[in-house]
Amino acid sequence: MIIQEKAKILANLKIIDKYYKVVLFSSQIAKGIQPGQFVMIRVTETTEPLLRRPFSIHRVKRKKIEILYEVVGRGTKILSEKRPGEYLDILGPLGNGFDINLKSGEQKPKILLVAGGIGVAPLLFLAEQLIIHTLRPSAILLGAKTKRQILCEKEFKELGLDVKISTDDGSKGFKGKVTDLLRDFLSTANTQQRVTIYTCGPRKMFREISLISKEHKASIFGSLGEYLGCGVGACLGCVVKTKRGFKRVCKEGPVFDIDEIV
Amino acid sequence: MPNLSVNVGKLRLKNPLTVASGVFGWGEEFKDLIDLKKIGAITTKTITLKPKEGNPQPRIFETASGLLNSIGLENPGLDIFVKEKLSFLKEIRIPVIVSIWANDLEEFVELTKRLNRIRDIDGIELNLSCPNIKSSKTKDQRVRLIAQDPKATKRTVKAIRRVTSKALIAKLSPNVTDITELAESAEDAGADAVSLINTFFGLAMDWEKQTLITGGLSGPAIKPLALRAVYEVYKSVEIPIIGTGGIMNTTDALEFIMCGATAIGIGTANLVNPKITIEVIDGLRNYLKNRKIADIKELIGSFHHS
Repeated sequence: MIIQEKAKILANLKIIDKYYKVVLFSSQIAKGIQPGQFVMIRVTETTEPLLRRPFSIHRVKRKKIEILYEVVGRGTKILSEKRPGEYLDILGPLGNGFDINLKSGEQKPKILLVAGGIGVAPLLFLAEQLIIHTLRPSAILLGAKTKRQILCEKEFKELGLDVKISTDDGSKGFKGKVTDLLRDFLSTANTQQRVTIYTCGPRKMFREISLISKEHKASIFGSLGEYLGCGVGACLGCVVKTKRGFKRVCKEGPVFDIDEIV
Repeated sequence: MPNLSVNVGKLRLKNPLTVASGVFGWGEEFKDLIDLKKIGAITTKTITLKPKEGNPQPRIFETASGLLNSIGLENPGLDIFVKEKLSFLKEIRIPVIVSIWANDLEEFVELTKRLNRIRDIDGIELNLSCPNIKSSKTKDQRVRLIAQDPKATKRTVKAIRRVTSKALIAKLSPNVTDITELAESAEDAGADAVSLINTFFGLAMDWEKQTLITGGLSGPAIKPLALRAVYEVYKSVEIPIIGTGGIMNTTDALEFIMCGATAIGIGTANLVNPKITIEVIDGLRNYLKNRKIADIKELIGSFHHS
Protein backbone atom coordinates (compact mmCIF):
# COMPACT_ATOMS: atom_id res chain seq x y z
CA MET A 1 0.00 0.00 0.00
CA ILE A 2 1.50 3.30 -1.11
CA ILE A 3 0.76 6.25 1.16
CA GLN A 4 1.11 10.00 0.68
CA GLU A 5 1.76 11.65 4.00
CA LYS A 6 2.75 15.01 5.50
CA ALA A 7 5.69 14.13 7.69
CA LYS A 8 7.03 16.50 10.31
CA ILE A 9 10.75 17.14 10.36
CA LEU A 10 12.09 16.29 13.80
CA ALA A 11 15.72 16.98 12.99
CA ASN A 12 17.81 17.84 9.94
CA LEU A 13 21.47 17.72 10.75
CA LYS A 14 24.67 18.12 8.85
CA ILE A 15 26.84 15.07 9.46
CA ILE A 16 29.96 16.20 7.63
CA ASP A 17 30.65 18.19 4.45
CA LYS A 18 27.75 17.50 2.05
CA TYR A 19 26.21 14.67 4.07
CA TYR A 20 23.05 15.28 6.08
CA LYS A 21 20.52 13.29 8.04
CA VAL A 22 16.86 14.19 8.26
CA VAL A 23 14.57 12.56 10.81
CA LEU A 24 10.86 12.50 9.95
CA PHE A 25 7.83 11.66 12.01
CA SER A 26 5.68 9.36 9.92
CA SER A 27 2.64 7.80 11.49
CA GLN A 28 1.89 5.59 8.49
CA ILE A 29 4.78 5.01 6.10
CA ALA A 30 7.28 4.04 8.80
CA LYS A 31 5.09 1.10 9.78
CA GLY A 32 5.46 -1.17 6.79
CA ILE A 33 8.69 -0.05 5.19
CA GLN A 34 11.45 -2.54 4.37
CA PRO A 35 15.21 -2.10 3.87
CA GLY A 36 15.95 -1.04 0.32
CA GLN A 37 12.56 0.54 -0.17
CA PHE A 38 12.41 4.28 -0.63
CA VAL A 39 10.26 7.37 -0.34
CA MET A 40 9.71 10.20 -2.81
CA ILE A 41 9.95 13.61 -1.16
CA ARG A 42 8.51 16.83 -2.51
CA VAL A 43 10.98 19.43 -1.32
CA THR A 44 9.05 22.49 -2.48
CA GLU A 45 5.50 23.56 -3.21
CA THR A 46 6.78 25.63 -6.13
CA THR A 47 7.57 24.10 -9.51
CA GLU A 48 11.29 24.53 -9.15
CA PRO A 49 12.50 21.87 -8.95
CA LEU A 50 9.44 20.14 -10.31
CA LEU A 51 9.85 16.48 -9.49
CA ARG A 52 9.98 14.65 -6.20
CA ARG A 53 13.29 13.23 -5.11
CA PRO A 54 13.85 9.59 -4.15
CA PHE A 55 15.55 8.70 -0.85
CA SER A 56 16.29 5.30 0.59
CA ILE A 57 15.54 4.64 4.22
CA HIS A 58 18.54 4.80 6.53
CA ARG A 59 16.84 3.62 9.67
CA VAL A 60 13.39 3.31 11.18
CA LYS A 61 12.68 3.68 14.87
CA ARG A 62 8.99 3.13 15.55
CA LYS A 63 7.36 6.10 13.81
CA LYS A 64 10.59 7.89 13.01
CA ILE A 65 12.21 7.57 9.61
CA GLU A 66 15.85 8.53 9.23
CA ILE A 67 17.18 9.49 5.82
CA LEU A 68 20.87 9.92 5.20
CA TYR A 69 21.53 12.05 2.12
CA GLU A 70 24.17 13.88 0.20
CA VAL A 71 23.57 17.35 -1.20
CA VAL A 72 24.08 16.78 -4.92
CA GLY A 73 21.73 19.24 -6.61
CA ARG A 74 18.86 21.67 -6.24
CA GLY A 75 16.46 19.24 -4.56
CA THR A 76 18.83 18.04 -1.87
CA LYS A 77 20.08 21.62 -1.35
CA ILE A 78 16.53 22.73 -0.53
CA LEU A 79 16.03 19.71 1.70
CA SER A 80 19.19 20.55 3.63
CA GLU A 81 17.78 24.00 4.41
CA LYS A 82 14.56 22.67 5.96
CA ARG A 83 14.12 23.23 9.69
CA PRO A 84 12.64 21.02 12.40
CA GLY A 85 8.91 21.65 12.71
CA GLU A 86 8.41 22.01 8.96
CA TYR A 87 6.50 19.33 7.06
CA LEU A 88 7.49 17.31 4.02
CA ASP A 89 5.10 15.69 1.56
CA ILE A 90 6.36 12.11 1.29
CA LEU A 91 5.24 9.15 -0.77
CA GLY A 92 6.04 5.58 0.20
CA PRO A 93 6.93 2.87 0.83
CA LEU A 94 8.08 2.40 -2.75
CA GLY A 95 10.02 -0.26 -4.61
CA ASN A 96 10.82 -3.88 -3.82
CA GLY A 97 13.48 -3.64 -1.12
CA PHE A 98 16.20 -6.19 -0.39
CA ASP A 99 15.00 -9.77 -0.35
CA ILE A 100 16.48 -11.20 2.83
CA ASN A 101 14.45 -14.35 3.11
CA LEU A 102 16.26 -17.62 2.53
CA LYS A 103 14.55 -20.12 0.30
CA SER A 104 13.50 -23.21 2.22
CA GLY A 105 16.40 -25.58 2.69
CA GLU A 106 18.87 -22.93 1.59
CA GLN A 107 22.05 -22.72 3.64
CA LYS A 108 23.01 -19.44 5.22
CA PRO A 109 25.44 -17.62 2.95
CA LYS A 110 28.36 -15.51 3.97
CA ILE A 111 26.95 -12.00 3.78
CA LEU A 112 28.90 -8.90 2.86
CA LEU A 113 27.68 -5.34 2.71
CA VAL A 114 29.55 -3.03 0.34
CA ALA A 115 29.08 0.73 0.10
CA GLY A 116 30.91 3.64 -1.37
CA GLY A 117 30.04 7.14 -0.15
CA ILE A 118 26.33 7.81 0.26
CA GLY A 119 25.59 4.24 -0.93
CA VAL A 120 25.77 3.30 2.74
CA ALA A 121 22.38 4.94 3.35
CA PRO A 122 20.08 1.90 3.03
CA LEU A 123 22.61 -0.60 4.39
CA LEU A 124 22.30 0.30 8.07
CA PHE A 125 18.57 -0.49 8.03
CA LEU A 126 19.38 -3.64 6.07
CA ALA A 127 22.08 -4.71 8.55
CA GLU A 128 19.66 -4.31 11.45
CA GLN A 129 17.05 -6.43 9.72
CA LEU A 130 19.56 -9.08 8.65
CA ILE A 131 20.66 -9.44 12.27
CA ILE A 132 17.03 -9.80 13.40
CA HIS A 133 16.63 -12.55 10.79
CA THR A 134 19.75 -14.28 12.19
CA LEU A 135 21.65 -13.50 9.01
CA ARG A 136 24.42 -11.49 10.60
CA PRO A 137 26.72 -10.03 7.92
CA SER A 138 30.35 -11.15 8.06
CA ALA A 139 31.54 -7.64 7.33
CA ILE A 140 30.60 -4.23 6.05
CA LEU A 141 33.01 -2.64 3.61
CA LEU A 142 32.82 1.14 3.69
CA GLY A 143 34.49 3.35 1.14
CA ALA A 144 35.01 7.10 1.28
CA LYS A 145 37.18 9.75 -0.33
CA THR A 146 38.90 10.54 2.90
CA LYS A 147 38.83 9.71 6.60
CA ARG A 148 36.43 12.47 7.63
CA GLN A 149 33.80 11.36 5.11
CA ILE A 150 33.48 7.81 6.37
CA LEU A 151 29.83 7.44 7.25
CA CYS A 152 28.16 5.31 9.91
CA GLU A 153 31.27 3.50 11.17
CA LYS A 154 30.07 3.93 14.72
CA GLU A 155 26.52 2.75 13.99
CA PHE A 156 27.73 -0.47 12.32
CA LYS A 157 30.17 -1.14 15.17
CA GLU A 158 27.33 -0.70 17.64
CA LEU A 159 25.57 -3.53 15.84
CA GLY A 160 28.68 -5.61 16.53
CA LEU A 161 29.68 -5.80 12.87
CA ASP A 162 33.19 -6.11 11.48
CA VAL A 163 33.72 -2.77 9.70
CA LYS A 164 36.39 -2.63 6.96
CA ILE A 165 37.31 0.76 5.62
CA SER A 166 38.86 2.08 2.44
CA THR A 167 39.73 5.65 1.60
CA ASP A 168 40.83 7.02 -1.76
CA ASP A 169 43.69 8.91 -0.13
CA GLY A 170 44.64 6.23 2.37
CA SER A 171 43.95 8.49 5.35
CA LYS A 172 42.22 5.57 7.02
CA GLY A 173 42.09 1.84 6.35
CA PHE A 174 42.81 0.38 2.94
CA LYS A 175 44.06 2.87 0.34
CA GLY A 176 41.89 2.69 -2.76
CA LYS A 177 38.31 2.12 -3.82
CA VAL A 178 35.89 0.01 -1.84
CA THR A 179 35.82 -2.41 -4.76
CA ASP A 180 39.59 -2.86 -4.39
CA LEU A 181 39.01 -3.53 -0.71
CA LEU A 182 36.42 -6.15 -1.68
CA ARG A 183 38.92 -7.84 -4.02
CA ASP A 184 41.47 -7.90 -1.22
CA PHE A 185 38.89 -9.24 1.20
CA LEU A 186 37.65 -11.99 -1.11
CA SER A 187 41.17 -13.12 -2.02
CA THR A 188 41.55 -14.52 1.47
CA ALA A 189 38.04 -15.94 1.62
CA ASN A 190 37.04 -19.54 1.08
CA THR A 191 35.72 -19.90 -2.47
CA GLN A 192 33.55 -22.86 -1.50
CA GLN A 193 31.14 -20.97 0.71
CA ARG A 194 28.33 -19.17 -0.97
CA VAL A 195 28.62 -15.40 -0.73
CA THR A 196 25.81 -12.88 -0.86
CA ILE A 197 26.72 -9.27 -1.38
CA TYR A 198 24.32 -6.41 -0.74
CA THR A 199 25.31 -3.07 -2.14
CA CYS A 200 24.02 0.31 -3.18
CA GLY A 201 25.47 2.75 -5.65
CA PRO A 202 26.04 3.47 -9.31
CA ARG A 203 25.85 0.76 -11.97
CA LYS A 204 29.55 1.08 -12.70
CA MET A 205 30.33 -0.12 -9.18
CA PHE A 206 27.95 -3.07 -9.61
CA ARG A 207 29.83 -4.19 -12.70
CA GLU A 208 33.13 -4.04 -10.84
CA ILE A 209 31.74 -6.00 -7.91
CA SER A 210 30.36 -8.57 -10.30
CA LEU A 211 33.76 -9.03 -11.98
CA ILE A 212 35.65 -9.17 -8.70
CA SER A 213 33.39 -11.79 -7.15
CA LYS A 214 33.20 -14.06 -10.21
CA GLU A 215 35.14 -16.92 -8.64
CA HIS A 216 33.03 -16.86 -5.54
CA LYS A 217 29.63 -17.91 -6.88
CA ALA A 218 28.39 -14.73 -5.31
CA SER A 219 24.85 -13.51 -5.47
CA ILE A 220 24.91 -9.76 -5.65
CA PHE A 221 21.94 -7.57 -4.91
CA GLY A 222 22.36 -3.91 -5.64
CA SER A 223 20.08 -0.97 -5.05
CA LEU A 224 20.24 1.29 -8.08
CA GLY A 225 20.40 5.00 -7.60
CA GLU A 226 18.55 6.25 -10.68
CA TYR A 227 16.73 9.29 -11.94
CA LEU A 228 13.05 8.69 -11.16
CA GLY A 229 9.85 10.26 -12.43
CA CYS A 230 6.71 9.17 -10.62
CA GLY A 231 8.14 6.53 -8.26
CA VAL A 232 4.97 4.44 -8.53
CA GLY A 233 5.57 2.58 -11.79
CA ALA A 234 3.41 4.69 -14.07
CA CYS A 235 5.66 6.90 -16.18
CA LEU A 236 8.27 4.30 -17.29
CA GLY A 237 10.98 6.96 -17.12
CA CYS A 238 13.34 4.99 -14.88
CA VAL A 239 13.57 1.65 -16.66
CA VAL A 240 16.79 -0.34 -16.73
CA LYS A 241 17.63 -3.00 -19.28
CA THR A 242 17.71 -6.50 -17.82
CA LYS A 243 18.01 -9.97 -19.31
CA ARG A 244 14.21 -10.09 -19.31
CA GLY A 245 13.62 -6.70 -20.94
CA PHE A 246 13.16 -3.27 -19.44
CA LYS A 247 12.31 -3.22 -15.74
CA ARG A 248 11.17 -0.23 -13.74
CA VAL A 249 13.70 0.83 -11.12
CA CYS A 250 10.90 2.26 -8.97
CA LYS A 251 8.73 -0.86 -9.05
CA GLU A 252 10.63 -4.05 -9.94
CA GLY A 253 13.66 -2.37 -8.33
CA PRO A 254 15.44 -0.45 -6.96
CA VAL A 255 17.11 -3.66 -5.79
CA PHE A 256 18.19 -5.96 -8.61
CA ASP A 257 20.15 -9.16 -8.86
CA ILE A 258 22.94 -7.38 -10.63
CA ASP A 259 23.73 -10.27 -12.93
CA GLU A 260 20.29 -9.63 -14.42
CA ILE A 261 21.22 -6.11 -15.47
CA VAL A 262 22.50 -5.82 -19.01
CA MET B 1 -24.54 21.21 -5.72
CA PRO B 2 -23.21 22.68 -8.96
CA ASN B 3 -23.27 20.50 -12.03
CA LEU B 4 -19.78 19.46 -13.09
CA SER B 5 -20.76 17.06 -15.86
CA VAL B 6 -19.69 17.66 -19.43
CA ASN B 7 -20.08 15.85 -22.74
CA VAL B 8 -17.15 15.09 -24.97
CA GLY B 9 -18.84 13.83 -28.10
CA LYS B 10 -20.72 10.74 -27.00
CA LEU B 11 -18.83 10.57 -23.77
CA ARG B 12 -20.63 11.78 -20.71
CA LEU B 13 -18.17 12.73 -17.98
CA LYS B 14 -19.39 13.40 -14.46
CA ASN B 15 -16.71 16.09 -14.24
CA PRO B 16 -14.26 17.57 -16.77
CA LEU B 17 -11.21 15.81 -15.36
CA THR B 18 -9.24 13.24 -17.25
CA VAL B 19 -5.57 12.41 -17.29
CA ALA B 20 -3.14 13.01 -20.10
CA SER B 21 -2.10 9.77 -21.74
CA GLY B 22 1.19 8.33 -20.49
CA VAL B 23 2.01 9.58 -17.04
CA PHE B 24 -0.97 7.89 -15.45
CA GLY B 25 0.00 4.42 -16.67
CA TRP B 26 -2.99 2.06 -16.61
CA GLY B 27 -4.64 3.68 -13.62
CA GLU B 28 -3.78 0.85 -11.25
CA GLU B 29 -0.48 2.49 -10.30
CA PHE B 30 -2.47 5.20 -8.50
CA LYS B 31 -5.10 3.00 -6.87
CA ASP B 32 -3.63 3.25 -3.35
CA LEU B 33 -3.39 7.01 -3.53
CA ILE B 34 -6.69 8.26 -4.90
CA ASP B 35 -10.26 7.18 -5.34
CA LEU B 36 -10.11 6.60 -9.09
CA LYS B 37 -13.85 6.52 -9.61
CA LYS B 38 -14.03 10.24 -8.78
CA ILE B 39 -12.22 11.10 -12.03
CA GLY B 40 -14.32 12.09 -15.04
CA ALA B 41 -12.62 9.69 -17.44
CA ILE B 42 -9.39 7.79 -17.57
CA THR B 43 -7.08 8.00 -20.57
CA THR B 44 -4.65 5.11 -20.83
CA LYS B 45 -1.05 5.11 -21.82
CA THR B 46 -0.77 4.73 -25.58
CA ILE B 47 -1.08 1.17 -26.83
CA THR B 48 0.06 -0.30 -30.12
CA LEU B 49 -1.00 -3.42 -32.01
CA LYS B 50 2.18 -5.28 -31.12
CA PRO B 51 4.20 -4.87 -27.90
CA LYS B 52 6.62 -1.95 -28.02
CA GLU B 53 9.85 -1.91 -26.06
CA GLY B 54 10.24 1.85 -25.95
CA ASN B 55 13.34 4.00 -26.18
CA PRO B 56 16.65 3.39 -24.43
CA GLN B 57 17.74 5.63 -21.58
CA PRO B 58 17.84 8.57 -21.01
CA ARG B 59 14.05 8.72 -20.96
CA ILE B 60 13.30 11.59 -18.63
CA PHE B 61 15.08 14.76 -17.61
CA GLU B 62 13.92 17.60 -15.43
CA THR B 63 14.15 21.12 -16.86
CA ALA B 64 13.12 24.53 -15.51
CA SER B 65 9.55 23.92 -14.29
CA GLY B 66 9.30 21.22 -16.91
CA LEU B 67 9.96 17.62 -17.78
CA LEU B 68 11.50 16.28 -20.93
CA ASN B 69 10.53 12.72 -21.77
CA SER B 70 11.34 10.20 -24.42
CA ILE B 71 9.65 7.01 -23.27
CA GLY B 72 9.02 5.89 -26.83
CA LEU B 73 5.54 4.43 -26.26
CA GLU B 74 6.67 1.40 -24.27
CA ASN B 75 3.57 -0.76 -23.87
CA PRO B 76 2.66 -4.46 -23.79
CA GLY B 77 0.59 -4.31 -26.98
CA LEU B 78 -3.14 -4.70 -27.58
CA ASP B 79 -3.55 -8.34 -26.53
CA ILE B 80 -1.84 -8.02 -23.17
CA PHE B 81 -3.57 -4.70 -22.57
CA VAL B 82 -6.93 -6.34 -23.05
CA LYS B 83 -5.99 -9.40 -21.02
CA GLU B 84 -4.21 -7.75 -18.10
CA LYS B 85 -5.03 -4.06 -17.87
CA LEU B 86 -8.55 -3.56 -19.08
CA SER B 87 -10.42 -5.44 -16.35
CA PHE B 88 -9.01 -3.11 -13.69
CA LEU B 89 -10.05 -0.06 -15.70
CA LYS B 90 -13.51 -1.47 -16.26
CA GLU B 91 -13.99 -2.06 -12.54
CA ILE B 92 -13.52 1.65 -11.79
CA ARG B 93 -16.75 2.28 -13.67
CA ILE B 94 -15.76 5.54 -15.30
CA PRO B 95 -15.39 6.15 -19.04
CA VAL B 96 -12.23 4.57 -20.43
CA ILE B 97 -10.42 6.31 -23.26
CA VAL B 98 -7.74 4.21 -24.89
CA SER B 99 -4.88 6.09 -26.51
CA ILE B 100 -3.50 4.40 -29.63
CA TRP B 101 -0.57 4.76 -32.00
CA ALA B 102 0.34 2.81 -35.13
CA ASN B 103 3.09 2.62 -37.72
CA ASP B 104 0.74 3.28 -40.60
CA LEU B 105 -2.88 3.80 -41.53
CA GLU B 106 -3.59 0.13 -42.08
CA GLU B 107 -2.39 -0.71 -38.59
CA PHE B 108 -4.36 2.19 -37.10
CA VAL B 109 -7.49 0.82 -38.72
CA GLU B 110 -6.79 -2.73 -37.61
CA LEU B 111 -6.18 -1.62 -34.01
CA THR B 112 -9.33 0.50 -33.98
CA LYS B 113 -11.45 -2.32 -35.42
CA ARG B 114 -10.34 -4.59 -32.65
CA LEU B 115 -10.92 -2.00 -29.93
CA ASN B 116 -14.30 -1.17 -31.38
CA ARG B 117 -15.52 -4.66 -30.52
CA ILE B 118 -14.73 -4.21 -26.84
CA ARG B 119 -17.66 -2.90 -24.88
CA ASP B 120 -15.64 -1.69 -21.91
CA ILE B 121 -13.88 0.89 -24.01
CA ASP B 122 -15.73 4.17 -24.38
CA GLY B 123 -13.38 6.33 -26.37
CA ILE B 124 -10.33 6.16 -28.58
CA GLU B 125 -7.70 8.86 -28.54
CA LEU B 126 -5.51 8.92 -31.62
CA ASN B 127 -1.98 9.76 -30.66
CA LEU B 128 -1.04 11.53 -33.89
CA SER B 129 1.60 13.54 -32.12
CA CYS B 130 4.13 11.46 -30.17
CA PRO B 131 7.39 13.39 -30.58
CA ASN B 132 9.68 10.47 -29.80
CA ILE B 133 9.19 7.91 -32.55
CA LYS B 134 11.04 7.87 -35.83
CA SER B 135 9.33 6.20 -38.74
CA SER B 136 10.45 2.63 -39.19
CA LYS B 137 9.33 2.71 -42.80
CA THR B 138 11.63 5.34 -44.20
CA LYS B 139 15.27 6.23 -43.74
CA ASP B 140 14.19 9.69 -42.66
CA GLN B 141 15.95 10.54 -39.40
CA ARG B 142 13.57 13.39 -38.69
CA VAL B 143 10.56 12.78 -36.53
CA ARG B 144 7.47 13.31 -38.68
CA LEU B 145 4.11 13.55 -37.02
CA ILE B 146 0.78 12.87 -38.64
CA ALA B 147 -0.46 15.84 -36.65
CA GLN B 148 1.99 18.08 -38.50
CA ASP B 149 0.24 17.47 -41.79
CA PRO B 150 -3.40 18.57 -42.19
CA LYS B 151 -3.96 16.19 -45.11
CA ALA B 152 -2.49 13.19 -43.30
CA THR B 153 -4.50 14.07 -40.21
CA LYS B 154 -7.67 14.22 -42.23
CA ARG B 155 -6.92 10.96 -44.02
CA THR B 156 -6.09 9.14 -40.80
CA VAL B 157 -9.05 10.37 -38.78
CA LYS B 158 -11.39 9.68 -41.67
CA ALA B 159 -10.24 6.11 -42.12
CA ILE B 160 -10.52 5.42 -38.43
CA ARG B 161 -13.87 7.15 -38.14
CA ARG B 162 -15.26 4.67 -40.64
CA VAL B 163 -14.49 1.69 -38.40
CA THR B 164 -15.58 2.90 -35.00
CA SER B 165 -18.67 4.31 -33.43
CA LYS B 166 -16.85 5.06 -30.18
CA ALA B 167 -15.97 8.61 -29.20
CA LEU B 168 -12.99 9.52 -31.34
CA ILE B 169 -10.47 12.06 -30.08
CA ALA B 170 -7.53 13.39 -32.11
CA LYS B 171 -4.53 14.31 -29.99
CA LEU B 172 -2.72 17.17 -31.67
CA SER B 173 0.81 18.47 -31.58
CA PRO B 174 1.95 21.98 -30.75
CA ASN B 175 4.93 21.48 -33.06
CA VAL B 176 3.17 23.13 -36.01
CA THR B 177 2.81 26.54 -37.57
CA ASP B 178 -0.93 26.79 -37.04
CA ILE B 179 -2.66 24.26 -34.81
CA THR B 180 -6.12 25.49 -35.79
CA GLU B 181 -5.64 24.03 -39.28
CA LEU B 182 -4.99 20.63 -37.78
CA ALA B 183 -7.99 20.88 -35.48
CA GLU B 184 -10.16 21.78 -38.45
CA SER B 185 -8.84 18.79 -40.40
CA ALA B 186 -9.70 16.49 -37.49
CA GLU B 187 -13.16 18.00 -37.21
CA ASP B 188 -13.80 17.73 -40.95
CA ALA B 189 -12.76 14.09 -40.86
CA GLY B 190 -15.30 13.28 -38.19
CA ALA B 191 -13.42 13.43 -34.90
CA ASP B 192 -15.68 13.91 -31.88
CA ALA B 193 -13.11 15.98 -30.06
CA VAL B 194 -9.56 17.24 -30.20
CA SER B 195 -7.09 16.84 -27.38
CA LEU B 196 -4.40 19.50 -27.18
CA ILE B 197 -1.60 19.64 -26.72
CA ASN B 198 0.94 16.87 -26.81
CA THR B 199 4.49 17.76 -25.76
CA PHE B 200 6.91 20.16 -27.46
CA PHE B 201 10.09 18.99 -29.17
CA GLY B 202 12.78 19.79 -26.66
CA LEU B 203 16.39 19.17 -25.79
CA ALA B 204 18.44 19.35 -22.63
CA MET B 205 22.05 18.72 -21.74
CA ASP B 206 22.81 16.37 -18.89
CA TRP B 207 26.18 17.71 -17.80
CA GLU B 208 26.70 15.08 -15.17
CA LYS B 209 26.37 12.23 -17.66
CA GLN B 210 27.75 14.32 -20.52
CA THR B 211 24.84 13.40 -22.77
CA LEU B 212 22.11 15.15 -24.65
CA ILE B 213 18.52 14.23 -24.12
CA THR B 214 15.92 14.98 -26.73
CA GLY B 215 12.26 14.46 -26.04
CA GLY B 216 8.89 16.03 -25.49
CA LEU B 217 8.60 18.89 -23.03
CA SER B 218 5.71 18.98 -20.58
CA GLY B 219 4.88 20.54 -17.24
CA PRO B 220 4.10 24.05 -16.02
CA ALA B 221 6.74 25.48 -18.36
CA ILE B 222 4.42 24.87 -21.33
CA LYS B 223 1.15 26.01 -19.79
CA PRO B 224 0.91 29.43 -21.48
CA LEU B 225 1.64 27.79 -24.84
CA ALA B 226 -1.02 25.15 -24.31
CA LEU B 227 -3.51 27.73 -23.17
CA ARG B 228 -2.95 29.78 -26.32
CA ALA B 229 -3.51 26.69 -28.45
CA VAL B 230 -6.81 25.96 -26.70
CA TYR B 231 -7.85 29.60 -27.02
CA GLU B 232 -7.19 29.69 -30.76
CA VAL B 233 -8.67 26.29 -31.55
CA TYR B 234 -11.86 27.12 -29.66
CA LYS B 235 -12.42 29.93 -32.12
CA SER B 236 -12.04 27.67 -35.12
CA VAL B 237 -13.85 24.39 -34.41
CA GLU B 238 -17.23 23.30 -33.08
CA ILE B 239 -16.17 20.01 -31.50
CA PRO B 240 -15.13 19.91 -27.84
CA ILE B 241 -11.54 20.40 -26.77
CA ILE B 242 -9.72 18.41 -24.13
CA GLY B 243 -7.11 20.85 -22.85
CA THR B 244 -3.79 19.57 -21.52
CA GLY B 245 -0.41 21.12 -20.82
CA GLY B 246 1.08 22.01 -17.47
CA ILE B 247 -2.07 22.06 -15.37
CA MET B 248 -0.88 22.08 -11.76
CA ASN B 249 -3.92 23.31 -9.79
CA THR B 250 -7.55 24.44 -9.92
CA THR B 251 -6.70 27.91 -11.23
CA ASP B 252 -4.87 26.41 -14.19
CA ALA B 253 -7.80 24.10 -14.86
CA LEU B 254 -10.23 27.01 -14.79
CA GLU B 255 -8.09 28.96 -17.24
CA PHE B 256 -8.20 26.07 -19.72
CA ILE B 257 -11.96 25.75 -19.37
CA MET B 258 -12.54 29.48 -19.71
CA CYS B 259 -10.28 29.56 -22.78
CA GLY B 260 -12.44 26.89 -24.36
CA ALA B 261 -11.67 23.42 -23.03
CA THR B 262 -14.68 21.25 -22.30
CA ALA B 263 -12.55 18.75 -20.43
CA ILE B 264 -9.01 18.90 -19.11
CA GLY B 265 -6.23 16.37 -18.94
CA ILE B 266 -3.71 16.38 -16.13
CA GLY B 267 -0.35 14.96 -17.03
CA THR B 268 2.99 15.76 -15.44
CA ALA B 269 1.38 17.08 -12.25
CA ASN B 270 0.44 13.49 -11.35
CA LEU B 271 4.14 12.80 -10.82
CA VAL B 272 4.49 15.73 -8.48
CA ASN B 273 1.25 15.32 -6.58
CA PRO B 274 -0.60 12.04 -7.11
CA LYS B 275 -3.74 13.53 -5.55
CA ILE B 276 -3.88 16.38 -8.06
CA THR B 277 -6.86 15.08 -10.06
CA ILE B 278 -9.08 14.83 -6.98
CA GLU B 279 -7.87 18.18 -5.65
CA VAL B 280 -8.77 19.90 -8.91
CA ILE B 281 -12.24 18.29 -9.03
CA ASP B 282 -12.90 19.51 -5.48
CA GLY B 283 -11.41 22.89 -6.37
CA LEU B 284 -13.68 23.31 -9.39
CA ARG B 285 -16.74 22.35 -7.38
CA ASN B 286 -15.85 24.87 -4.66
CA TYR B 287 -15.23 27.60 -7.20
CA LEU B 288 -18.66 27.09 -8.74
CA LYS B 289 -20.29 26.94 -5.33
CA ASN B 290 -18.61 30.12 -4.11
CA ARG B 291 -19.48 31.98 -7.29
CA LYS B 292 -23.00 30.55 -7.30
CA ILE B 293 -22.51 29.15 -10.79
CA ALA B 294 -24.94 26.29 -11.33
CA ASP B 295 -23.23 24.53 -14.18
CA ILE B 296 -19.59 24.30 -15.24
CA LYS B 297 -20.68 24.43 -18.88
CA GLU B 298 -21.34 28.15 -18.34
CA LEU B 299 -17.60 28.60 -17.97
CA ILE B 300 -16.49 26.80 -21.11
CA GLY B 301 -15.00 29.42 -23.39
CA SER B 302 -16.24 32.24 -21.16
CA PHE B 303 -13.08 34.32 -21.76
CA HIS B 304 -14.17 34.65 -25.36
CA HIS B 305 -17.49 36.16 -24.47
CA SER B 306 -16.42 38.69 -21.87
